Amino acid sequence: MELTIKVGLASCGLAAGAGEVYSTIEKYLKKSKIKAELKKTACIGMCFVEPLVEISSENGNTVTYGDVSPENIIELIEAYAKGKPINKNVILSNILEGSENEKLNNQTRIVLRNCGIIDAESIEDYLEKDGYKALEKVVSSMSKKDIIEEIKRSGLRGRGGAGFPTGLKWEFAYRSKSDKKYIICNADEGDPGAFMDRSILEGDPHSILEGMAICAFAIGADEGYIYCRAEYPLALKRLNIAIAQAEEKGFLGKNIFNSDFDLNLHIKEGAGAFVCGEETALMGSIEGERGMPRIRPPFPAQSGLWGKPTNINNVETYANIAWIIMNGADEFTKYGTEKSPGTKVFALAGKIKNSGLIEVPMGIPLKDVIYDVGGGMKTEKPFKGVQLGGPSGGCIPAELLDTIVDYDSINKTGAIMGSGGMVVMDQSTCMVDIAKFFLNFTQNESCGKCTFCRVGTKRMLEILTRITEGNGKIEDLEKLEKLASNIIKGSLCGLGQTAPNPVLTTLRYFKDEYIAHIKDKRCPAGVCTSLLRYEVIENKCIGCTLCARKCPVNCISGEPKKVHYIDQDACIKCGACYDVCKFDAINKS
Amino acid sequence: MKNKKAIDEIIGKYIGRKGSLIPLLQEVQTIEGYLAKDTMRYLSEKTDINIAQIYGVATFYTMFHLKPQGKHIIRVCKGTACHVSDANSILKAVQNNLQLTDGEDTTTDKLFTVMEVACLGCCSLAPVIMINDNTYGKLTPEAIEEIVKKYN
Repeated sequence: MELTIKVGLASCGLAAGAGEVYSTIEKYLKKSKIKAELKKTACIGMCFVEPLVEISSENGNTVTYGDVSPENIIELIEAYAKGKPINKNVILSNILEGSENEKLNNQTRIVLRNCGIIDAESIEDYLEKDGYKALEKVVSSMSKKDIIEEIKRSGLRGRGGAGFPTGLKWEFAYRSKSDKKYIICNADEGDPGAFMDRSILEGDPHSILEGMAICAFAIGADEGYIYCRAEYPLALKRLNIAIAQAEEKGFLGKNIFNSDFDLNLHIKEGAGAFVCGEETALMGSIEGERGMPRIRPPFPAQSGLWGKPTNINNVETYANIAWIIMNGADEFTKYGTEKSPGTKVFALAGKIKNSGLIEVPMGIPLKDVIYDVGGGMKTEKPFKGVQLGGPSGGCIPAELLDTIVDYDSINKTGAIMGSGGMVVMDQSTCMVDIAKFFLNFTQNESCGKCTFCRVGTKRMLEILTRITEGNGKIEDLEKLEKLASNIIKGSLCGLGQTAPNPVLTTLRYFKDEYIAHIKDKRCPAGVCTSLLRYEVIENKCIGCTLCARKCPVNCISGEPKKVHYIDQDACIKCGACYDVCKFDAINKS
Repeated sequence: MKNKKAIDEIIGKYIGRKGSLIPLLQEVQTIEGYLAKDTMRYLSEKTDINIAQIYGVATFYTMFHLKPQGKHIIRVCKGTACHVSDANSILKAVQNNLQLTDGEDTTTDKLFTVMEVACLGCCSLAPVIMINDNTYGKLTPEAIEEIVKKYN
């Protein structure tokens, strides 16, 4: 019996040690009598139990093990080969009880259809999954208008965050008359807490190339760029491999499918500027300039890269295209809601049990995403809020967890769908601190072009810092709201227009926390260091002197074997005493 | 400039090509380690790109460094997931371990440079750091010493 062994080798898997697992198996198979094909794959989405290894045999029996290590993998393979697979750490299986069997069934995988299943570096694997059939179909049997009509009918909306109808965008670019048009794939995934695009780039790069090729054919472009951030070395490597393979097979380059359609794709590495995720700034960056947003109109569909009509879509948007062409718009609209059809990929992170990548149909309540698909909270600390949309989004509190996932419903809460980062927070997270965190981020990343964004975010950050340090005034809250509304009105691009969202949503749903910081000089979550107070618990302190010796400012006094005392005026709240005490005799409040 | 010949080769590859300033600077930085003022001036003379434009681009993107960097780059992730998992204490542990005081990012022996980055995209392993191309996840402040030791 021949086995197939697949190891998940995406960034998260590699970080968890999948590389060593792979080489252990490789070495073992060279010497072993067990016949097995060792394959690489990417991310199936269950990052919380990486490294993941799937063992399957010709009869279709499959077991996916999680938390695999070089120490236990050989035992797992040997037992499986003997026909007695070990029933431990089973994540997915059709023969054993897998812990995630059901959760994966709650998902609908269109974009992630091949992620974690095929070898991303093998075009043959992609072709086996009907890869490039959609491109063949459009080139050989569909008119440009038909393609655009099909995408319009599918109701697909831009998955980068704003949700603009994709078909309409294509139509604008198609209608622009020019001797030269460009297409761009925005893979500059900069939102902290989001890694959807990375997983698709690493797991199924050909699906993106195919989507881009279909778009290029439809709008009449013959050249395109994938703008990918340099922080994703593995994604860049796999994109390069995929482009070379597709060129060799004739899916890119000249006379694609023996037609007069040519397409050359290039990769542009980003150089680390969040604002370049904004489409006009991104184009500036490709042109070699500082990535600063430009005034729209003219929109990229009229005048984009080097002044030529350009269509720009996000990674996830392109990854949907081939599926829609193959299965039809009607099939696509069966999923999701009327105004937001299809699925959405989310990156679940933070204080959630099953952090990782999921794809769910639009219209599913947030509650189900977190508690059914995500497995609920990681620890016993209760849920406090979920942050959607990164620095442009907002925090949604527990009472709004019935909100369904679609562009319009999420906008109503004050957050945005964004690109799909979903960071779950529990009672140990301070909401004022989170607002400060995001504002610090946007303030750093503001390109400086618009005064309100450049100076306004700085002023807001100063106020928030003041509040977290216990120096806030109650008028500050009004000031924050006023500044926020001016920044929204006075900024040219999405970065500035959405930068105040994290502050506005936390003010709306967690105002009591702001007030506790200002009035009571207290941080309810115990995060803001300036508001903390460290005290010795008298009946627990045995006078070991360890804290006094570790204190960097010598503010702890007391004789050996006697209760110690912290001088509150001199204390800098570094927490060193709390960390070193072996008797839990320091109270943090 | 240590590698004038190599820089000339890179210039030759990109000269006259539209939109090539960023990849040009990226490649020059890869061999030089950073972009010194003299290097930028030299590039400007050779390519006819205004030095203000070169400096403007070099200071706009976080990837470009105007000061020499350590041999090993430690990137401490400050993304949202890492932030809520107390990335600050990881950063502090790294700084303490390398005996860096406030404001310094490179050790005196030029072995390490520490930088904060927005997100490394390994959120489920938070908190995370990356040393050169290796990622370390699910960290505690106590784990830092062992990890950094490997690069000494």
